[in-house]
Amino acid sequence: MSGYIASLVSVIGINMILALSLNIITGFCGQVSLGHAAFYGIGAYTAAYLSKLGVPLALTLPAGAAMAGLIGIVVGLTSLRVRHDFLAVTTMGIGFVFLGFVRKQKWLGAELGISGIPAPGLDPLVYALLIVAIAGLVIVFCVWTKRSWMGFAFDAVADDEDAARTVGINVPVYKLTAFGIGTALAGLAGGLYVYFARIILPDTFDFVQSIAILTMVVIGGSGSVWGVVASTIALTLLPEVSRAASDYRLLIFGAMLILVMRFSPGGLAAWARRYLARRQAA
Amino acid sequence: MTTLARIDDLHISFGGVAAVSGLSFAVNAGEFLAVIGPNGAGKTTALRMMAGILRPDSGRIFFDDQDVTSLPAHARVRLGLGFTHQIVRPFYSFSTIENVMLAAGHRRTESPWRALFERSRQAARDKAAAILERIGLAEQITKSPRSLPLGQRKRLEVARAIALDPRLLLLDEPLAGLSSAEAATMADLIRTLPALGITVVLVEHNLGEVLRVADRIVVLDAGKVLAEGPPAEVMARADVREAYTGVV
Repeated sequence: MSGYIASLVSVIGINMILALSLNIITGFCGQVSLGHAAFYGIGAYTAAYLSKLGVPLALTLPAGAAMAGLIGIVVGLTSLRVRHDFLAVTTMGIGFVFLGFVRKQKWLGAELGISGIPAPGLDPLVYALLIVAIAGLVIVFCVWTKRSWMGFAFDAVADDEDAARTVGINVPVYKLTAFGIGTALAGLAGGLYVYFARIILPDTFDFVQSIAILTMVVIGGSGSVWGVVASTIALTLLPEVSRAASDYRLLIFGAMLILVMRFSPGGLAAWARRYLARRQAA
Repeated sequence: MTTLARIDDLHISFGGVAAVSGLSFAVNAGEFLAVIGPNGAGKTTALRMMAGILRPDSGRIFFDDQDVTSLPAHARVRLGLGFTHQIVRPFYSFSTIENVMLAAGHRRTESPWRALFERSRQAARDKAAAILERIGLAEQITKSPRSLPLGQRKRLEVARAIALDPRLLLLDEPLAGLSSAEAATMADLIRTLPALGITVVLVEHNLGEVLRVADRIVVLDAGKVLAEGPPAEVMARADVREAYTGVV
């Protein structure tokens, strides 16, 4: 595997963890989040800061995930008070608060971010394989969750919170669980990114990044594990196969969002289900 | 007869207007109790406070001798206090049987972590299928609730509540919007619930069906109890007829 391929595989793996983490919050549990990049950033900054203090990767990655998860649960508390578009605006605000904070903190490098991050102590190829292995575990976890009674209860909360209460589901606890797991996994992705890039800048975790993650979820099919996996691979590779696609990445992502919303609101997963149903009927 | 539930001096106001003021009554174990009254009497509000959907401004609610006033709705469900909505609220993204399965497996969703390690749905499916069969929806199990007519959606709502194994079931106008034939079928169906060990509190406007199926009636007027007792005895009272029909 060349260095370029190892790098590409690493980026796909990190994006996959990131998109699947948002899918748990938005796709499984129905809680809109437009500030997910903040948790990616919290994990990244935590891991980067600790790594520069000499803390090994085996501890910085869990620390980044834990920090993002804890803050995610606090942010999740807002989901107990607001719903739908109000929650979307609130989570968007969280993203801006995060950026506003790190840009002013000299101990976090302010506008210049954190550079000179130590190498993970692994060959780039081995590190890429580690990312792929973790992404694989996250896929297994998501599939398991979706098929478990936790996934069943998440579906109910996403469908109708008030009806979920009348079947005995503790809606606030399930929402906080989704936020806790989803943001912790985003923090884990942030930690993995730190050792991959060896430099982090505040802009890496801005609103555009949050929308890019959401695009992967929506195009794949909100709530579908395999749809999100497929869309993450496709959307990460797209800028690599074409220079034009790279230059116009945001334009293409935006156009794809509009087309998916217009023609297949359930994303690739819904389209695939309809296609298979038609084939079975024929 | 033992008391299963009791509400004691409940008060609640919306925007300064008292919907329920000083409401008290008891529900006996195993009975079929109907709560009736004119529009605005506070029937649905009382039921929603018993279910934990509304929090009273003051007063206490007891279930099985436990003060449940401060418990949220989901916790009351787990104690055995079921509730059906006046306007049906199935999970539209689920099939009919999945709606009932989620309720049938309610012990598995008690906490997210327990739910994460519970995967088998067969027992819940079997229980849900049996309930749907008994309630007359066996042919609809794979259908979306969207495709069901209102009468069948109302039955689905009751099926979902039964699947929770409630000891007390609060039914909020389950006959509303149904044709007279559908209402009679539904009333016959819910009349069988006490025989299954489920005590029923029914809020309903359809007086004909209420008088046919209830063991006891509580009449509300202006947020408090006007009368209570056996249906024939209560309906013979002049003050009840005046409050309910406006005619002495």
